[in-house]
This record gives sequence, structure tokens and C-alpha cells, in this order.
Amino acid sequence: MRTLIIVPAYNEEKNIQGVIEDIRTNLPGADIIVIDDGSKDSTSKKAQEAGAKVISLPLNLGIGAAVQTGCKYAFEKGYEIAVQFDGDGQHMAEELPGLIKPIKEGRTDAVIGSRFLSGDPYEMKWQRAMGIRVLSRLVSLIAGQRITDPTSGFRAANRKAIEFYCKNYPEDYPEAEAVVLLRRAGMRLEEVPARMRQRLGGISSITPLRGLYYMVKVTLAIVVDLMKKK
Amino acid sequence: MEFLNIATPVASFIMMLAVVELIRKGRLKEKYALLWLFSSIVIFAVSLSRKTLEWASQIVGIHYPPSFLFLIAFGFLVLINLHFSTVVSELSETNKRLAQEIALIKAEIKK
Repeated sequence: MRTLIIVPAYNEEKNIQGVIEDIRTNLPGADIIVIDDGSKDSTSKKAQEAGAKVISLPLNLGIGAAVQTGCKYAFEKGYEIAVQFDGDGQHMAEELPGLIKPIKEGRTDAVIGSRFLSGDPYEMKWQRAMGIRVLSRLVSLIAGQRITDPTSGFRAANRKAIEFYCKNYPEDYPEAEAVVLLRRAGMRLEEVPARMRQRLGGISSITPLRGLYYMVKVTLAIVVDLMKKK
Repeated sequence: MEFLNIATPVASFIMMLAVVELIRKGRLKEKYALLWLFSSIVIFAVSLSRKTLEWASQIVGIHYPPSFLFLIAFGFLVLINLHFSTVVSELSETNKRLAQEIALIKAEIKK
């Protein structure tokens, strides 16, 4: 099945080449598209040097819109599987075959790679762990199935889900809300274990204040989604 | 004659003129001017006669008529702001779509 790896990247000149190499080695058959989200550094150039195709957004639109751009590309080009693989080096390409397997087997429309199912210890601050646990409960409740890692950006979608994402994809902090939207649209969803690296370089985009904004925004978005007509 | 009796109608009339002038010059679209125009007309009308204002404020139970004027003005400001928030949201959505399309087309051309 034609597979596209969508790599959203914002100012990732240090990590992007390693990420592309990693994907190449572990999933040689897949095409890679880097969505440069208006980076101020040489992310786009570095990605091209590494041999990836690059789509450069003229403005910094945020992760949600960047991933959606990749989905629009995947849909237009007729890809059957699209994978989101973050450009910061956090995700492991070794886990890619496992991530797309449920879609290849036709069992599901979308897959989330969960670091909490992997059995690997994943260290994070307690505030963050708590935030994720709260979101996990909320999302699981609404999705009607257990979602252990709703904020994971390591995910795959089949053509049906890609098409859905082209029309509906939340803009900022989209992961948890996207799960809810998918389930509300009646799509099948599966979680698979996926190890993740602690960050290689750069700093996380989540500061305490943003963390709070994240929780409030995502919760509000999910509640509002519930009130919208199907 | 209190200061407010003169100031309010004058101010709201100037406001009305300013909005019309901006529309005329093409710097303000009618769509976004409607609420401004409507609010200045209402405030102008209500502030013209002390009697109307007193009568209207008594109905809603406000003892100091000028504060009824403030209430109306405040209500309109809230409405206008809310309207603008929806406009900004629409703009950011169309902006996003345009940027995405441009990026996709640019990638297509480069090939």
C-alpha cells in the first residue's frame, strides 16, 4: 500500500536529517514529505539535502495545519496510508511497521502509537503526566474505548481518515481533539505500543503556562465538539 | 442643561458621521459598519430628549438616566467585539486554507 510519512517540522534544522535517515532505513518503501511550517532556520534546505520532498508553508500555521497540509497532499496524490512522524526526533522509525500494520490488515481506519503501552518508562514532569492522564480519561470516555496516549503525535490514517482530516483537523494542540473528531465521525481507531525517545535537541514547546492553556483549550474543544451536530 | 445632555448627542452624531465617512472612503466595509452605525443612531436618538431617556430608564428600573446610556453603549460594544471575534476566526480559517493551497501549489511547480 502506498504510504506517505508526513513530517511536520518547525525550526528543526538539527534534527530533520536524522529523522529522514531514520525513516528511510526502517521503512524504505515509504515516501517522505516534510512540511516546513514557516521555519526561520534552514529546516527546508536540510530536508531537501537529505532527499526528502518538502512543502514549505509561507507562514507558521501551527502543527495542526501543517499535518493537515500533509493530509491534503496525501489525498491528492492518492496515498492509501498517511503517517504523522514528528520532525523533532522524538518518534522512532523502528516503530513504523507496527504502527501501520493494523491499517494494512484493514482492521482500523486510524492508529495511535502509545508510549504508555510500550512498557518503556517514559519520564516526564508530574504536571504533564497528570495532564495526560486527565485527557486520557476524558477522551476514552467520549471515544468509548480506552485511549492511553491521546496526546501522542505518532499516528497513522487510512484513506478514509485522511479524507476526513482534509476537512476537519484542529489547529493548535490537535492530537486529543482529532481522536474525538474521528470517533464522532464513526471511524475505527486502534492504539498500538510505540516506544518514543526523550527529546534529542531543542526545547519542548510546552511550558507550564502553555500546559495550562493546552488543557483548557483541548477540554473546551472536545466539549464543544460534543455539542455540535454530527 | 447638563453637560451630558449636549455632549452625548453631539458625540454620537460625530460617531455617525465618522462611520459614514469611512464607508464613503472605502476604508470600512458596510458589513462591518452596520453595528457601529446602528449603535450610534440608537444612542443619538435616545440622548436627544431627556424625556425619552427618563421614560426608558424607568421601564428597566434604572434611577439615574445617564447610566442607561452607558448600559446601551456597553451592550453595543460587547456585540461589536463579539462580531469582530467571529470575523477574526473566519479570517484565520481562510488564511490557513490559502497558505496551505499556496504551499501545495508551490511544491507542485518546483517539481
